[in-house]
Amino acid sequence: MDLSFVIFVEVLYGVASLVLISAGLAVVFGMMKVINLAHGEFMMMGGYATITAVGYGVNVFVAMLIIAPLVVGLIGLVVERLVIRHLYGRLIDTMLATWGLSLVFIGLATMIFGNTTTGISTPIPGFAFGGYQVNGYNFFIIIVSILLVITMYAILRGTRAGLIARGTMQHSDMASALGYSSDRIYMMTFFCGSALSGLAGAVLAPLVGLVPTSGGAYIAKAFITVIAGGPSLIAGLVSSATSFGLVSQFFTFTISPVIGEVALLIAAVILLRTMPKGITGRFFKGKL
Amino acid sequence: MSRRASQDVTITLVVSAFLIWFLPLMISTYTLTVLVIYGMLGLSLGLIWGFGGILCFGQAAFFGLGAYTYAITAINIGESTLPMILAVLVPAVFAALLGAMMFYGRLTDVYLGVITLVVTLILFKFMNSTAGPQYAIGNARLGGFNGIPGFQTLNVPGDPSAYIWGDTYFYVCALALVIVFLLVTWLLRSSFGRIAVGIRENEVRMGLMGYNVAARKTMLFAIGAAIAGLAGALFANWGEIVTPNLFSLGQSAEIIIWCIVGGLGTRFGPIVGAAGLAYLKFMLGQQSMIDNTLIMGLILVLFVLFLPRGLVPAIETLLNSIIGHKKRKPKPHRMRRARHG
Repeated sequence: MDLSFVIFVEVLYGVASLVLISAGLAVVFGMMKVINLAHGEFMMMGGYATITAVGYGVNVFVAMLIIAPLVVGLIGLVVERLVIRHLYGRLIDTMLATWGLSLVFIGLATMIFGNTTTGISTPIPGFAFGGYQVNGYNFFIIIVSILLVITMYAILRGTRAGLIARGTMQHSDMASALGYSSDRIYMMTFFCGSALSGLAGAVLAPLVGLVPTSGGAYIAKAFITVIAGGPSLIAGLVSSATSFGLVSQFFTFTISPVIGEVALLIAAVILLRTMPKGITGRFFKGKL
Repeated sequence: MSRRASQDVTITLVVSAFLIWFLPLMISTYTLTVLVIYGMLGLSLGLIWGFGGILCFGQAAFFGLGAYTYAITAINIGESTLPMILAVLVPAVFAALLGAMMFYGRLTDVYLGVITLVVTLILFKFMNSTAGPQYAIGNARLGGFNGIPGFQTLNVPGDPSAYIWGDTYFYVCALALVIVFLLVTWLLRSSFGRIAVGIRENEVRMGLMGYNVAARKTMLFAIGAAIAGLAGALFANWGEIVTPNLFSLGQSAEIIIWCIVGGLGTRFGPIVGAAGLAYLKFMLGQQSMIDNTLIMGLILVLFVLFLPRGLVPAIETLLNSIIGHKKRKPKPHRMRRARHG
């Protein structure tokens, strides 16, 4: 009983962290068809923003949930104006340019923070459940991701801004014919996407030792989850995160963490081979 | 056509002979060797991406696979001829299987990118985790992130004690690059190559004309992997150690940067880009003021924004406009990367 609860929490945590990692990329890719390969570095910068802010004596939750998303969102805004704006509609070129950007950010972070591992301690203590020690912070991550998905859904579905954004996503020329500046909407969307990446990086920062290159650990997973999710933003994100999370946690528990990671990747290959348009290209069609 | 082909070969031979004679006067042959190897690696991606339209995010996988194949078989056999051949064949077969899986499933651009990237990551993660003694192939322990050191390096075929190293090894590598380059030239002039370019330009049309698009793309992909595998084996010989870093994302990224900077759709471009950028990186490694990665990233961003066709085509256009229209104007090469999704 105790063990099954612990395993349940672990699986939920695996899914939640995948959702968290991929959310920013999903917004940017789902709306603007921009594959942001600097996504991992945006997360890395979110982590550094948190650690720096905590170093200046800011409350850790304020740093994580407010400062990091704002800082990274603003960086994203600059990047969008300088580089990505010129490349809309050129999928491969944006991928290459953002890959270049990711290298730039790694270089900058190395120059500023040095090539050493930094970290902060988890702000929530663990607790014992039956005979097992459970990491309390895992619950925080699960709750944050659930809230994140609900908020994203509510904004996209329920607000006027969400409606305009979705309209631009479907027909940008139609939206601009109706008097909305698609340029500005793209800009705002990229800001939101970057802010989400920053948030994810910040929330995950206490769990990992942060180095300038730690973005690389996230980008592949995020990339796979988003592509496998397919055209629908939220349904795709949740369904692919769930399937990959289940597969990887299953193999992590039965064999080893490394096999778990490898199993995730192999599952991705099989999934893309059988459903080249992603999960929501076949199921949940037309959902958000 | 045949006269132009012979001209092509002559020019290649003259230029490469000059470079092989001239460059060692400027740069040490030890550095040059690795530049030549990177040139070959760049050429392998330049072939499948520039002429086949297949953007492979995991060319490093074949590079690393070639290097590992060489190291493992060289330890087991103790002689280098068979391992060299296997280092070409194993990546080619692997790529043919992977390519068949992807191309018969009609996967295109982004999805292709993801799968190749993922396969590279799988190899990287797997190789990193093979530290224990239970991971061994024959006498060769895979060694996890420490890699495999101490294998038999290149020797004169049939005589394991006659090592090829130092200056001689540079000439061997340079010659290998020239031969590969000529083979690529020949391939592109053959009907196979021209059909490959046709597939790059319009896959549906070539399919409707009756060509088996999937089979041809798989073939081309395997050929690219074979070249990358050869480069990997040569690299293993040069470094005398193979590590999982050969499979890393950074390595894959670099190959793509070389191709973009040098110029896609040309044969010289990727070689020039690879050797040039690798040398630049080597020079930058000697200073510590600005981070190396930063400059590489900036170069990639700037090229994508301002010179997306790459150096070699840009210089060609420039030369043509300076020389004017005295010469017969070459047919415009229309180069297009994969269509946006």
